[in-house]
Amino acid sequence: MNIISMCNVSKFFEDFRALNSVSLDVALGERVVICGPSGSGKSTLIRCINGLEAHESGEIVVDGTTLTADLADLEKVRGTVGMVFQQFNLFPHLTVLDNLCLGPRRVLGLTQAAARERAMTYLDRVQISEQADKFPRQLSGGQQQRVAIARSLCMEPRILLFDEPTSALDPEMIAEVLEVMTELASSGITMIVVTHEMGFARRVADRMVFMDKGEIVEVGAPEDVFNMPKSKRFAQFIKQILNH
Amino acid sequence: MKKFLILITILLLLSGCSGSWGWYVVNPTTSSGWINLKFMAFGAYYTILISVTAILISVVVGLLVALPGLSEKRSWRMFNRTYVEIVRSVPILVLILWVYYGLPTVSGITLSVFWAGVLALALSDSAFQAEIFRAGIQSIGRGQYEAAQSISLNYKDTMRYIILPQAIRRILPALGNQLVYMLKMSSLVSVIGLQELTRKANELVVSEYRPLEIYTILVLEYLVLILIVSAGVRWFERRLKASDT
Repeated sequence: MNIISMCNVSKFFEDFRALNSVSLDVALGERVVICGPSGSGKSTLIRCINGLEAHESGEIVVDGTTLTADLADLEKVRGTVGMVFQQFNLFPHLTVLDNLCLGPRRVLGLTQAAARERAMTYLDRVQISEQADKFPRQLSGGQQQRVAIARSLCMEPRILLFDEPTSALDPEMIAEVLEVMTELASSGITMIVVTHEMGFARRVADRMVFMDKGEIVEVGAPEDVFNMPKSKRFAQFIKQILNH
Repeated sequence: MKKFLILITILLLLSGCSGSWGWYVVNPTTSSGWINLKFMAFGAYYTILISVTAILISVVVGLLVALPGLSEKRSWRMFNRTYVEIVRSVPILVLILWVYYGLPTVSGITLSVFWAGVLALALSDSAFQAEIFRAGIQSIGRGQYEAAQSISLNYKDTMRYIILPQAIRRILPALGNQLVYMLKMSSLVSVIGLQELTRKANELVVSEYRPLEIYTILVLEYLVLILIVSAGVRWFERRLKASDT
């Protein structure tokens, strides 16, 4: 069963073709890693899935709901899709705990106590519950990103999107975030991850997607595509990324 | 800074003890001077009341005018621009006179001096508040909206819990500025007869013929009032800052 189905999706920024007739199906529980050079449209692709970017043509169906400009549809889809950003995007004026509780309280209608309990559960899961009463700026980048992951989890989404979650982090903090993501992957949640972390992709991905110039160039199981890339562009990309 | 101000004040007072100054009109040790001083000081009641009432209204109106200015719809943005440009270009004094003398003729609504003053001051200030709020809200990065959207917060909750709390922190110095400005501009309401600080001083000048001394006291009254407000705003800023570090 496909939880996400994208068919011939195109998206332009002015004259720039960010997505060119992209089709991709993601099965329930599948873990997909998307990679590609910058400007290849990989972020745009996942931002279309929760409607942060509106696509111009083609069809996107998420968990049975077709994405349109209609706000009700958007809110329904965003209820099942969580997102983790490159820049964390925590709410700087709220404590860690309040960052986590806001959605459950205002959107899901949980009581303060229930939201708090849920928040603490997920903070425990990303191993950061002792920071609950701090403000985001008091945390390291890695800790902030783990809080951001916990904030998404608090909405109990069926799908989690990661938009280059470790790209803004210092090297020594990347590991702690990847560790949390690996643990999540084993829990059975559907994950789509845009990343350059090829080690993580090898370990975790069911399927690799390589994008270039707004198109999906290559799709396959990690061991296949890494060992025997079919396209020249992907072969080149792997070489560059592994050699640096 | 404080010492400097005190020094200036003392010098002014001392220089008045000799020569052509006539401090007796406001000498608190004589009974008539004390009565005059009290008469002037009671004007503070209306100065504060009208300024605070007007600023509360203008902040709310300003926010309501700022929001359409941030809309993607052109017509909404046009409403914002039109309101701001028109209201901003009417001098406050003219607005006060128009609301008090003109509005009853046009609309049949007769306002008391106080409410005519509040309406004119609030209306005039709301255009500036709208621009301040628009700038503050625009300074919040796109990531905050996206994070709010990704947890399905609706527009109202996003504004209330995410954007406005951060925007208000940033515009607090500007809001403090507007409050100080409002306290000063309230002196213009004296022309339609509100018994605030300036009006009281004017009335005293008419009966005592001592404009120099009385207006000097008036200057000091505003100075004290505004220094207190400034200190209050700074204290509030510090408290907000302390709460999120």
